[in-house]
Amino acid sequence: MDFATFLQILDSTIRLATPLLLACLAGLYSERAGIFDIGLEGKMLAAAFLSAAIAFVTGSVWLGLLAGIGASLFLSAIHGIASITFRGNQLISGVAINFLASGLTVLIAQSWFAQGGRTPALTDGGRFSPIEFPFAEAILPVPVIGPVYEGLISGHTAIVYLALLMVPLSWYVLFRTRFGLRLRAVGENPAAVDTAGVNVIRLRFTAVAICGVLCGIAGAYLATALQAGFVKEMTAGRGYIALAALIFAKWRPWYALYACLLFGFLQAIALRFQNIDIGAFTVPVEFMDALPYILTVVILAGFVGKAIPPRAGGEPYVKER
Amino acid sequence: MDKMPAWADVLLVPLVSLILAAVLSALVILGIGENPLEALNYMIQGALGSTYGWGYTLYYATNFIFTGLAVAVAFHASMFNIGGEGQATLGGLGVALVCLALPWPHWTLALPAAIIGGALFGAAWAAIPAYLQAKRGSHIVITTIMFNYIAFALIIYLLNNGLKPVGQMESSTAKFPEGAHLPTLHDMLAVIGIPFSKAPPVNISLFLALAACYGVWLLLWRTPLGFEIRAFGKSEPAGKYAGISPTKIIMIVMLISGGLAGLMAINTVMGEAERLVNNSVQNAGFIGIAVALMGRSHPLGIILAGLLFGFLVQGGAELAFWTSIPTELIVVIQALVILFTGALDNMVRMPIEAVFTRRRLAQAGRAENTPRTPGNSPPPTTAAE
Repeated sequence: MDFATFLQILDSTIRLATPLLLACLAGLYSERAGIFDIGLEGKMLAAAFLSAAIAFVTGSVWLGLLAGIGASLFLSAIHGIASITFRGNQLISGVAINFLASGLTVLIAQSWFAQGGRTPALTDGGRFSPIEFPFAEAILPVPVIGPVYEGLISGHTAIVYLALLMVPLSWYVLFRTRFGLRLRAVGENPAAVDTAGVNVIRLRFTAVAICGVLCGIAGAYLATALQAGFVKEMTAGRGYIALAALIFAKWRPWYALYACLLFGFLQAIALRFQNIDIGAFTVPVEFMDALPYILTVVILAGFVGKAIPPRAGGEPYVKER
Repeated sequence: MDKMPAWADVLLVPLVSLILAAVLSALVILGIGENPLEALNYMIQGALGSTYGWGYTLYYATNFIFTGLAVAVAFHASMFNIGGEGQATLGGLGVALVCLALPWPHWTLALPAAIIGGALFGAAWAAIPAYLQAKRGSHIVITTIMFNYIAFALIIYLLNNGLKPVGQMESSTAKFPEGAHLPTLHDMLAVIGIPFSKAPPVNISLFLALAACYGVWLLLWRTPLGFEIRAFGKSEPAGKYAGISPTKIIMIVMLISGGLAGLMAINTVMGEAERLVNNSVQNAGFIGIAVALMGRSHPLGIILAGLLFGFLVQGGAELAFWTSIPTELIVVIQALVILFTGALDNMVRMPIEAVFTRRRLAQAGRAENTPRTPGNSPPPTTAAE
């Protein structure tokens, strides 16, 4: 494998890791506040559809992004009402949201565009265009640094840089602000937070809303940056890979970045090579597809460090007993 | 504890949830510019209007009874097995390997062997998440989700490498031998002279599913093990105190659950396709969650809920055939049923409980003559008297 191929793989790693990272950070906020969310997949899918649909109709990718965030927030609201207000089972709510998104997106797409459950292909204004960094062309001839700067660092869409910026930002918010401390506390011991006079319900709703916004951006990225338009089931399990990455990262922002880059790298390799020959035997592409899940199970099993979820995760908070 | 009579819990609450789901579904149909009543008519005609329709409805119901039972058994031990999809996928592998292993002379020999194969493979796929939950405390929901995806990848790999006959383009196994062919409902009813459509794939697995329901009922409510399972499910600390081993219960329950999910393959792989194809489960594992919720985790309820979902799937297929409404409508309806009967259960339950509490208080003569405002939902604190 030559250097150019290697760079291309790293480049697609970043592009494929971006939706994972956004969804993973989305799950991070929600689960740190004690609300399990297996509906990341559905929220991304809904956002992907509505962002593509609105971007196509209006011709503005930014309006599309807003619509995508709106769709995701709507599903977040359902999740919040079901699991916070009515203290329902968060996992079941997540399953329902995934079903709802999977059905509604195709149903509405068919009703609006009548193209077999997809949106029409997006053209220039309807998509995020890559941002070229200054001097990218100029220093291209410089060995190593030039191609890395031009191909790997420069030339991504705005959402890629936004997703990367979200990592330090999330770390700061969660670990260096009062809001973050309370948010984490509400996922560990909501009763203590309540005793301190902080509104548990509002805090959890805020976390679920942040989760919705980030999932919305992730979904919009899929339909308006990574691809040009919405197709049925286009998230293809990314919500679950993000969930896996979240556990892999042990619910921490920086580790989430590493986990998503790793899983993005696996996807990039699986895309680039079908089967990989390693001397005597071949690694089938199906194994590469399954590897994120296998790695997560290994981590969950606690053989390589222990992944301990937030203590109050999944449990509705009842004020009086 | 008795906030309302048993009939209200078993019938009224699911019924109200179902009505809410139906109303929202009707709104969705209106939203995409179609007529809900017309759609319902197509669905009823298509799913229940002929023995052909009934045949498909019962075929789908058979799948959902198996996966619903699988989820319900785990629910009784307070465990959420979301991995029915993967376990049924592996069950399909087990059934296929058994059916292809021998030139079976007759289905009476092939069926018991295939039952063992399907159940064993399904149970095996549930065993690893169960072990990790029991011994290492890994959350079973997450591990079973991961195992679904690992199962999909594994089946695709196996179908393309080894299971596919040489020279075949399509990724599926060879067709099963003639002797592994299960009698269809048409064949069985013909013996006693009742005419039934020949086309639908409903087969003897339907009765296997009903037998499984009876078996699960016996296990849960008529055996010491079933008592232990339910006691453990109600309270793990209390169960431990009573000498119930969590490891044992988790392992046994998940093995049964995975085995039941695996048995679904008897219906789809052996009964219908008669070979193993990719994606043979088609979401039945997930729909099992809805069926178990709807059926209140009781075998009888699961049969009824299985029939309802069988009707939805077949009716939806007919609807898509005759109108421009895509089959995804059914996915939306399923989502709404899961939402209202599962996640938003309290939203339906609290007002109903409040009504019963108020009535009882009024009957006991302890209640003040407060003005009753029908229909409004009191805050949860009044319901929790």
